[in-house]
Amino acid sequence: MNIKTFDSRPVALPIKKIVRENATTNTYVFDYLLGSSPGQFVMMWIPGVDEKPFSVAFDDGNEFWLTICNVGGATAELFKLKEGDKVGIRGPFGASYKISEGDHLALVSGGYGAAPMYFAANEAVKKDCKVEFLVGARNKDLLLYTRKVLGLGNSVNLHISTNDGSTGFKGFVTEVLKEVLEKGDVNKVFTCGPEVMMQAVGEIACGAGVECYLSVEKYMKCGIGVCGQCAIDDTGVLACKDGPVMNYADVKDLPEFGKYHRNSVGKKCKF
Amino acid sequence: MANLKVKFCGVEFENPTVLASGILGVTASSLKRVVRSGAGGVTTKSIWLEEHKGHENPTMFGTEHYFINAVGLSDAGVKKAGAETFPEYLKDKPAPIIASIVAGSVADFGKLAAEIEKCKPDVIEVNISCPNVEDEFGKPFACVADDAVAVTKVVKKAVGSVPVIVKLSPNVFDIGEIARACADAGADGFCAINTLGPGMVIDIDLRMPILKNKVGGVSGPGIKPLAVKAVYDVYKATGLPIIGTGGVCSGEDAIEMMMAGARLVGMGTMVYYRGAEGFGEVVAEISEWCDKNGVKNIEEIIGVVK
Repeated sequence: MNIKTFDSRPVALPIKKIVRENATTNTYVFDYLLGSSPGQFVMMWIPGVDEKPFSVAFDDGNEFWLTICNVGGATAELFKLKEGDKVGIRGPFGASYKISEGDHLALVSGGYGAAPMYFAANEAVKKDCKVEFLVGARNKDLLLYTRKVLGLGNSVNLHISTNDGSTGFKGFVTEVLKEVLEKGDVNKVFTCGPEVMMQAVGEIACGAGVECYLSVEKYMKCGIGVCGQCAIDDTGVLACKDGPVMNYADVKDLPEFGKYHRNSVGKKCKF
Repeated sequence: MANLKVKFCGVEFENPTVLASGILGVTASSLKRVVRSGAGGVTTKSIWLEEHKGHENPTMFGTEHYFINAVGLSDAGVKKAGAETFPEYLKDKPAPIIASIVAGSVADFGKLAAEIEKCKPDVIEVNISCPNVEDEFGKPFACVADDAVAVTKVVKKAVGSVPVIVKLSPNVFDIGEIARACADAGADGFCAINTLGPGMVIDIDLRMPILKNKVGGVSGPGIKPLAVKAVYDVYKATGLPIIGTGGVCSGEDAIEMMMAGARLVGMGTMVYYRGAEGFGEVVAEISEWCDKNGVKNIEEIIGVVK
């Protein structure tokens, strides 16, 4: 949203490029000065279909990327679009991961969470940070961004884990995190992925005395702090505006965290 | 410091600001946060007898002049309100709560009113004026005096002693006439106004309306003069308590609305411009204005404009 003019109308942008990431995931590239930070999201309007929130996977001031999994519904329609077709973009919205000069970060991603973590890694490298990039997936075909992360240079160490052991460590990404934190150099953990995974990551980080920031995923309608669909129990903080990036210490005791989310009519749905 | 307390249909509010229906009103946690931010009272999102899906996205956006929405009154239904929203809110009830109710037929309004009364709201607001569900339900009840009267009567009959206010539509030739008819049918007060229109905003690049529903209710700063005039008309026509709603974004806006005849001032779109914290800021602005202008009790200014 253009804060100066309070204009939250979508901007129609042509898809510059579509990159196939894996069997179900594409990255959509747009030529546009979005001005986003890692962890922020945009609302993407697929004309005539729907509008959904997606976190930004990369933004260098010239172009930005959205990495999107085809989970059916609106995304199935999005996957029918071709390069040059236009979509509407509103944003960027929400709070971001805060990176300080010289941080030693552990970035822990599960599934599609790898995309915003890649953006964070990219920005971290620019700020002379060391990065432990932990990426987990059910199997090697579902891993995202591993090649791109390797391209970020020597200050980024990639740690891969898969549930079936098809590549990297066999098991959960959280087990790898424990080992990484035991070395004692990491001063901040960022995580993005399924809420239950982030809860486990937060606990481990907390146990090791390391600050942890995560990105809460709630059903969002407006993205601009008005509709209240993404309000989190019991403080009523809004995932779209106060979040999505939040300090684990602030969310760990919320009755909703790791237990349920709400659907489009506001009904509780257990994880 | 001025006394900002207001009595509305027998219910005491700490200050005249009220969260309007449809904004930050999905859960008790969210309503309570709005009270913590400074609101004198809150209105729930409109509650249906059964679950209601609403429209698909895009459902809302704004500019500095206006806001437009076509949420389509999505809601989980009165069962969820009774099992969760009200008990959670009433546990430590931080301020009065107004239950907004909506239905597609007069008979459903009656059934719903009986259910919502059991939830123990302080006031029931009957939403007969949402402009963006027209295709689903035909012309809003608030646009035809006979329909507005029928709904008012059936709700009043079902709820006993809980005050019933009717949320009026600005999209009528004479809002005073509709208000008078509702007052004669037993309405205890009014909320005026609901959003205007519906309106339409077209993306000229994509050559299509931005809202999935094509049209939506218009709110925000641009509609304030129309809202003030509507409140003035309703007050003149009935003298009943009114929640003046429509484009109010500051303490001065709120004062203006009260001078037109509003006892309480509803704010919804204000949240887009100032966040939930805007409630506390607006209350401070009202207080400051009162102090500067020698107003000891805020109730002094209600309807002072002749």
